[in-house]
Amino acid sequence: MQLDAKIPEGPLAEKWDKCRFSNKLVNPANKRKYEVIIVGTGLAGASAAATLGELGYNVKSFCIQDSPRRAHSIAAQGGINAAKNYQNDGDSIFRLFYDTVKGGDFRAREANVYRLAQVANNIIDQCVAQGVPFAREYGGTLANRSFGGAQVSRTFYARGQTGQQLLLGAYTAMMRQVAAGKVKMYTRREMMDLVVVDGVAKGIICRNLITGEIEKYSAHAVVLATGGYGNVYFLSTNAMASNVTAAWRAYKRGAGFANPCYVQIHPTCIPVHGEFQSKLTLMSESLRNDGRVWVPKAKGDKRHANDIPEAERDYYLERKYPSFGNLVPRDVASRNAKQACDEGHGVGETGLGVYLDFAEAIKRDGLDVVLRKYGNLFHMYQKITDSDPTKEPMAIYPAVHYTMGGLWVDYHLMTTVPGLYATGECNFSDHGANRLGASALMQGLADGYFVLPYTIGNYLATVPPTPTSTDDPAFEAAAAAVRDQTARLLKNTKEGKAGQTVDHFHKELGKIMWDDCGMARNKAGLEHALKRIPEIRAEFWDKVIVPGSGQELNQSLERAGRVADFLEFGELLALDALNREESCGGHFREESQTEENEAKRDDVNFSHVAVWEYKGQGTAPVLHKEPLTFENVTPSQRSYK
Amino acid sequence: MSSKTINIIVKIWRQNGPLAKGAFEEHALKDISTDSSFLEMIDVLNEWLTIKGLEPIAFDHDCREGICGMCGAVVNGTAHGPDKETTLCQLHMRRFKNGDTIVIEPFRSQGFPIVKDLIVDRSALDRIIAAGGYVSVNTGSPQDGNTILIPQHVAEQAMDAAACIGCGACAAACPNGTPMLFLGAKVSQFALLPQGQLEAKKRAIAMVMQMDKDGFGNCTNHRECEAVCPKGITIRNIARLNREYLKASFTIDH
Repeated sequence: MQLDAKIPEGPLAEKWDKCRFSNKLVNPANKRKYEVIIVGTGLAGASAAATLGELGYNVKSFCIQDSPRRAHSIAAQGGINAAKNYQNDGDSIFRLFYDTVKGGDFRAREANVYRLAQVANNIIDQCVAQGVPFAREYGGTLANRSFGGAQVSRTFYARGQTGQQLLLGAYTAMMRQVAAGKVKMYTRREMMDLVVVDGVAKGIICRNLITGEIEKYSAHAVVLATGGYGNVYFLSTNAMASNVTAAWRAYKRGAGFANPCYVQIHPTCIPVHGEFQSKLTLMSESLRNDGRVWVPKAKGDKRHANDIPEAERDYYLERKYPSFGNLVPRDVASRNAKQACDEGHGVGETGLGVYLDFAEAIKRDGLDVVLRKYGNLFHMYQKITDSDPTKEPMAIYPAVHYTMGGLWVDYHLMTTVPGLYATGECNFSDHGANRLGASALMQGLADGYFVLPYTIGNYLATVPPTPTSTDDPAFEAAAAAVRDQTARLLKNTKEGKAGQTVDHFHKELGKIMWDDCGMARNKAGLEHALKRIPEIRAEFWDKVIVPGSGQELNQSLERAGRVADFLEFGELLALDALNREESCGGHFREESQTEENEAKRDDVNFSHVAVWEYKGQGTAPVLHKEPLTFENVTPSQRSYK
Repeated sequence: MSSKTINIIVKIWRQNGPLAKGAFEEHALKDISTDSSFLEMIDVLNEWLTIKGLEPIAFDHDCREGICGMCGAVVNGTAHGPDKETTLCQLHMRRFKNGDTIVIEPFRSQGFPIVKDLIVDRSALDRIIAAGGYVSVNTGSPQDGNTILIPQHVAEQAMDAAACIGCGACAAACPNGTPMLFLGAKVSQFALLPQGQLEAKKRAIAMVMQMDKDGFGNCTNHRECEAVCPKGITIRNIARLNREYLKASFTIDH
């Protein structure tokens, strides 16, 4: 596997211009002869589909849900960053770049992050033009709020529903192209495999989730915008259908998988309540603008929060990090919450929770103002917990939320398989070892609106504009393998074997992942995970019950296929975590910490992207390294004190 | 949060396809945690059915936090269940009492054919958006966001309308089976904002035409949609849609 990041030479600020100028172009009359498959209709997928359709390409767009508008980007709450400097508070493209590289603990590529900061301003303008109802000041100008890891106010938002509004912007732009005949929409399709012919991506195999039919689709290029792999933990804030299958299948077809151990555990989620719980709910980081995090000073204090006097509360983030306070980056906030609970200060029935308190904000700004900013989040919280955050503090605890790792891509967002691109959370490119709040929306839309549409032409210009087909035997071979897997998943039930449900195995896997590869990791735990995961996998294939058939709508079968892939992927995640013997961002190795329990990087040995190459079932994957060099910033020990 | 458990009986609709004959199936469920969400209760039922070798209930769901619009069913006669401004996934079992019988049916409307059990085909809503629910602006280099000033109260009103999650409960609750609240919300969002005004006439007419084509009824002010809308979208948006439509019908340049 050759890793050529294709980063243009020259000064940081000129790299993207240089790339755009040196890219080959596809003549407007020829664009209509090319077909592009885009899998996923979240921010990265829908924005790319809309834009490529507008440019004249023929797009085939696929989504798992009944409508492209339901992709999980819809659930992003807090906002989207851009360096507009509307607040006149000293923001700039370079500062957004710097904050993002530093927030990522110096484990991202400088060039990619700088480009992200450069195009971020265009995103805001584009979304405003589409009619996205961003929050406004009284004078009619765009409003901003603050987010973790930054000391400027640069986050644009639409109440607590920013992801929804941005996604609806991209979705409606895409539906306009559907009406124009440039985008063909395939809903309720799940990508089951990538088809590679002579080393080049040529198409995909899908399962039609309504009929069960295994379908073949061809194109001149394939884009995966299929999101992250957080559901390997079973409980996460991801939507139920979010999965790793598309990315994992691409990996098994030759795409390098980068930094799978970088998982973001978000500090402000609603604590787990019981064993039947199916998912966790995020409470936006924007709440940390006004909410104060605290735990009782006394261990095991069981008094009601409102009965604990001010002097007996420990506002530990404000105490430990006076300059960033409650707005430290997510990884820092999460680890501190875990530490407080591990030391016996946790609150709630399980002791796995800390308070997020709005009493002071309500007193200072009035209930109206606080509700205008966070009303829908408070509503959501009250629905789930039956407790009113305007009357008593919220209880929160960290939960798996976002995955910084993903398919390795070069500066053009192409994977190691020619013709296969990965965008948004599906790739690894911009967030290093920790993503800052309000940067996921920025990256998804940057990739889809402003990066891929330029770079994909550079590839397509080298491909003959002749019609594609699914005649190559590679298509039938891949489809047959999918049908074979379906038969194997259904086998136990057909034979009347007693066993366990898909969820049972998913929970088993999730528990191992959370305990051994969660917020704090160590060698013994990771080795334990590497021993247990193959055991659970073997048991899964031996005992899983999947009722029904493959020729119909079968939700158990859908889940079984996803969990089968998580059971393989989890092992790679643990292996990568074991291999990275340093702490950085979301990856915290207990063996590598400062005296103050902060993450301690090892730049001498680990300033690289870890890229894994698949070598076949039962064979260990091979590790490749893309060195990270920093010419414009100096990696420092992150300090938010 | 106080954990309690209840025993309930669910009567749930089973139907194996759009043309198949459907029927209610009854199941007794024991020890359901009142902290569980409604969908987690169905998960428990499905796990039990699976272990018994029976086919689990097919139902749509995804984000389970009330924003994707994927879930939805009629619970005891009300779309999304008894709580105001709540999606089915946000409904919690603490809302029910020990011994309750809960009747669960799919969303029903002429425009939403049943796919299986509680799953319905809501693709008509995408077709209505494709007919004109957008601002026609290509990706490129639009003017700076702050050159379009929008008074705060207008932005807030547009946001109230834009909050629609496209779940289809409005059509399921309406005696005429119309998704006009959905349509009105989109038309209103753009009619309120300067960005959308250029195409306002074309949009209102095209979207209503598509709705008719998909076999939905029309609004006769029953306000059932407003009562079940999980995002609290008001029928003022339908009134605005009607104004926009009328205005457009009389003044559009063909």
